[in-house]
Amino acid sequence: MMTIRWPLALLFAVLLLLPLGLQDYLLHMAIQILIWGFVYTGWSVMGRFGQVSLGHGAFLGVGAYTTALLWNNFGLVPWIGIPIGVAFAVLLALVIGYPCFRLKVVGHYFALVTLALSQVVLLSIVAARDITGGSLGMTPNSVGQSSWLALQFTSKMQWYFVALAVWAFGLWVWVKVDRGMGRAAMEAVSEDETAAAAVGINVTREKLRVTVISAAMTAFGGALFGQYQMYLNPETLSGIGVSLQIVFAAIAGGMYSLLGPTVGALLTIALTEGLRIGFGTTLIGAANTIYGILLILFIIFMPRGITGFFGAWTKRRAATAAAAT
Amino acid sequence: MDIYLVEAIINGILLGGVLALLALGLNLIFGVVDVVWIAYAEMVMVGMYVIYWLHAYYGWPLPLACLVAVIGVGLLGILVHLLIIQPILGSAPINQLLATGGLLFFLQSFATLLFGTDFRNIGLRMPIIEIGDIFISFSRLIAFCVALAGAVILYFFLSRTHIGTAIRAISQDREIMGLMGVDERKVYVITSAVGGSLAGLAACLLVLQYDVHPFIGLSFGPITFMICVLGGLGNMIGGFVAAFLMSQIISVGGYYFSIELSYVFAFLFFIVLMFIRPQGILAK
Repeated sequence: MMTIRWPLALLFAVLLLLPLGLQDYLLHMAIQILIWGFVYTGWSVMGRFGQVSLGHGAFLGVGAYTTALLWNNFGLVPWIGIPIGVAFAVLLALVIGYPCFRLKVVGHYFALVTLALSQVVLLSIVAARDITGGSLGMTPNSVGQSSWLALQFTSKMQWYFVALAVWAFGLWVWVKVDRGMGRAAMEAVSEDETAAAAVGINVTREKLRVTVISAAMTAFGGALFGQYQMYLNPETLSGIGVSLQIVFAAIAGGMYSLLGPTVGALLTIALTEGLRIGFGTTLIGAANTIYGILLILFIIFMPRGITGFFGAWTKRRAATAAAAT
Repeated sequence: MDIYLVEAIINGILLGGVLALLALGLNLIFGVVDVVWIAYAEMVMVGMYVIYWLHAYYGWPLPLACLVAVIGVGLLGILVHLLIIQPILGSAPINQLLATGGLLFFLQSFATLLFGTDFRNIGLRMPIIEIGDIFISFSRLIAFCVALAGAVILYFFLSRTHIGTAIRAISQDREIMGLMGVDERKVYVITSAVGGSLAGLAACLLVLQYDVHPFIGLSFGPITFMICVLGGLGNMIGGFVAAFLMSQIISVGGYYFSIELSYVFAFLFFIVLMFIRPQGILAK
């Protein structure tokens, strides 16, 4: 594990210096990549153990809307609002996760239950249009200037460093889960739940642990994205669409490696922006058409994602090189 | 008794027929090939566009356009199976679900790319039947009757034909059937074609009532999966019961509250029932 430290430190050094040379537009993209990279990393904390959730849109929406509603209606600053939003998401994860794991709702069934959950959150937000603005979305009240208290910044540079810090925190959580004892337990669970239970692993508790971590990260990311955009829309922050988008990006980047989900965010955002610039608005839907095809191809040919694919490739190269000497 | 409530209940029953047909097709594929086509409702959308273009744009007679849609979506079903599902049949089932998730993105965005996000209507005016003070839309009544007829035909196909028997046998024990001389690949392709055709048939019925747009699949796709799972795998009667239960929740809930809340109730009902009766509502 020592070997990956140096490249990672180098990467951070580059990322810290990066904004000095970037225009606002590129910074805007970098911020989005970091925030979504954080969310995708959150998804893969449970996704990598075969717990495929199609309901992360629910956590995203709960985090974002709780924070914004508390701010607009009660003047509660995001420093309090975000923890409350995260707490709601964790509660939701427990309410859904506990019975699912106790009653062995797994695989397809788990995916469909979580899918229903994300639809419940989406439709509830739309139905509560008196306070959430419904499908039209809502705007958090602006303080008009950069304010740490309100977590609103007029300069992209400040946002970049906030997003960078949060993203780095996400990687730290991922590494914690990766190195912890829970990882071995979860790998056993994802292979065979009954056998795992037989050797004394508390299957429900282990699953709940990764689910709660994952839900909390996703809600945090959603709240942060709402703060950054200063606009919340139920379609982009909850429901089946964004849930699938999360799954796709995590898989395309590679959910089994540290930087995989971030690569997924980079890929998807670069693709969307590239097509938008290249074709303008004449080709609405072009980006998602290509996403769709790519997702199918990735699952058929590269189920471990880009990072997984190249990881295996470099390992093979190293192995042949070692064999040659 | 409240006349509007009666109307809501009748509308619920009529909606239930179409939902049952949708769930039937999905259930067939789920039960036989063991794959959830997350993009099933998007295939219905493709069928609706086919009918829209052939009928409203090129002026084909509606029944002919519908026939083309049924066959066309059936062929699309075969393509989906051969191109997407077959290469990954051996991998984890969740991968197959996700691959069809890619198909969902693809179909939705490709339709947006080709046709824009306009709502399109085949412009057919159907009479409204009046019984006492209750109004019933004729197009919904037709949809209900055709959906039931489709279900009955499927039932006879599965119970009376040789290939239908093979399909049912595979859904019960896929390892043994290979040894009994049943060609699994062929059965999968035929099942996918039948499942696709049912989506095409559903398209014919939905196009009478709703406008076509690229995101229409999202409005009834999720509910179809829920019905399919609620009914229990391969349990057609269960699927029917589930479809009518859900459509009543949606229709009556929509009458008392709002349409979004009624869907919230339907999804919550699904989640709770998954915990109480994970094998489906009619499970023993």
